[in-house]
Amino acid sequence: MSGHPTYQPQSAFMRWMERRLPIGGLIYSSFVVYPTPRNLNYWWTFGGILTFMLGVQIVTGVVLAMHYTPQVDFAFDSVEQIMRDVNYGWLLRYLHSNGASMFFLAAYIHMFRGMYYGSYKEPREVLWILGVILLLLMIMTGFMGYVLPWGQMSFWAATVITNLFSAIPLLGESIVSWLWGGFAVGNPTLNRFYSLHYLLPFVIVGVVVLHIWALHVAGQNNPTGIEPKSEDDTVAFTPYATIKDSFLLAVFCILLAWFVFYIPNFLGHPDNYIPANPAVTPMHIVPEWYYLPFYAILRAIPNKLLGVMALGASILILAFLPWLDTSKVRSGRYRPLYRQFFWVFVIVCVGLGWLGSKPPEGNYVLIARIFTVYYFAFFLVILPMLGKVERTKPLPNSIAESVLAEGKPIGAPAPPPTGAKA
Amino acid sequence: MSSAEPTRRDFLYIATASVAAFGAAATLVPLIAQMNPDASTIAAGAPIEVDLAPIADGQVIKVFWRGKPIYVNHRTKKQIEEAQNVDVAKLPDPQPDSARVKPGHDQWQVLIGICTHLGCIPIAHQGPYDGYFCPCHGSVYDTSGRIRQGPAPLNLALPPYEFLSDTKIRIG
Repeated sequence: MSGHPTYQPQSAFMRWMERRLPIGGLIYSSFVVYPTPRNLNYWWTFGGILTFMLGVQIVTGVVLAMHYTPQVDFAFDSVEQIMRDVNYGWLLRYLHSNGASMFFLAAYIHMFRGMYYGSYKEPREVLWILGVILLLLMIMTGFMGYVLPWGQMSFWAATVITNLFSAIPLLGESIVSWLWGGFAVGNPTLNRFYSLHYLLPFVIVGVVVLHIWALHVAGQNNPTGIEPKSEDDTVAFTPYATIKDSFLLAVFCILLAWFVFYIPNFLGHPDNYIPANPAVTPMHIVPEWYYLPFYAILRAIPNKLLGVMALGASILILAFLPWLDTSKVRSGRYRPLYRQFFWVFVIVCVGLGWLGSKPPEGNYVLIARIFTVYYFAFFLVILPMLGKVERTKPLPNSIAESVLAEGKPIGAPAPPPTGAKA
Repeated sequence: MSSAEPTRRDFLYIATASVAAFGAAATLVPLIAQMNPDASTIAAGAPIEVDLAPIADGQVIKVFWRGKPIYVNHRTKKQIEEAQNVDVAKLPDPQPDSARVKPGHDQWQVLIGICTHLGCIPIAHQGPYDGYFCPCHGSVYDTSGRIRQGPAPLNLALPPYEFLSDTKIRIG
């Protein structure tokens, strides 16, 4: 990353600031002149979209917190008061709830991109692991946030998920009552979930900073999976990546707005408009859609402890991906056999999600088990083997070549041919 | 490269920036508006009716409207005279008593019981004028609620109110 221009402050004020706290220079080198592979496609815009959605959730969340009461007798009514009485309260609440769904949608697309193009491979292993940590933080934050309205689903989701920890041998029950702050989910639980739900997004911000730092140290991956070799391979982040990010962000916001204004409750569960009743469990407890695949895996295993372990393992196994995949070729574009297994994996994930919404009976259980086997086999069996047996397509010589010359060599290809080609 | 004519790119940049600026302003509207009093708070601030019949001669009651304490004082003849026989020009905040009561209802004084100094509630029937006395910093008000001594700059404020009948007022 040498050779690109350094920040030259134009105004006297910026020169003064730059000497004392060089934020201008940092932004300039990280987001203006930062060399970006010229062949990035729209799958690369989701990082920026995620950052934007994090901002949306924090802003709407802080504002909602001005009107919410975290006490079991008042929480549900305070949310209804936000919906009915607070100026634009309905808008802020729907932005926050649908924003969470869009946040997860963008996160899953972002992760699938990483898996397809090998963005987790050397030297981006830590970048990937930071991403797994971010996913875990998002899952925790989303879960606690869903409890806050104190509807039927809020209460029973809290009960079911906290009860997962009772599977832990010896310490399980103590851990669960420690989480609850009592003998069951109740007011202490609600209060601490509120506190942590407010805290974790700022922890996410911190880890995002590390994530972007790790990214900038290694440089972006790109659809060919080969590193930039010359200045021909990259363009300045601004305006190229900035505009591309902004464009898809606008499209993404249209999708968010579609949900918020036309179908704001489509992704939610109607039972959460019933105030929490500790005496009555709803017929079908389901988490929000973004947790359904993991829920399906949990239910697929008939043993309590093993089911919980499978649930944890299904997320944690992602952290080992850089070492499970043995292929020397990074991008799925040049790995035809890997591509097929990858798309099956995507279908399996979506399928597990659908199965998670179904009652755990009959054929649903059977298919969920088959899909769970594929999920783990993909990481533990298929990926390690593939790298050793698959035949990959030849890589282009450079990014510039793959973009500008459509695969035909530019200048002298390596190794140099017998004739001269200027 | 710069050209004398604006380019298509210039147009696109300016158009995008304008839409973004408009979008940013539009985003701020609900974020700022949500802090304004919500519908239930405004509803709770609706006018209240106070029945004057139970209030004896010389008695003061305190009611709340919009979160503010309101004194409803049934003044005695002596208090009314002392309030009216005053050289208005010499008052720190000149105002005749007639401007502080409703015509024909001299005996009813309705005031916001918040000291105009720094906001404490003055105590009724206290101080050298048998009016109001604020214990926080020693402001003294007369039987008309006008400031006489102490650091308060203004007379005690009047809420909006009207007489529905001789024995009932509506505040607000």
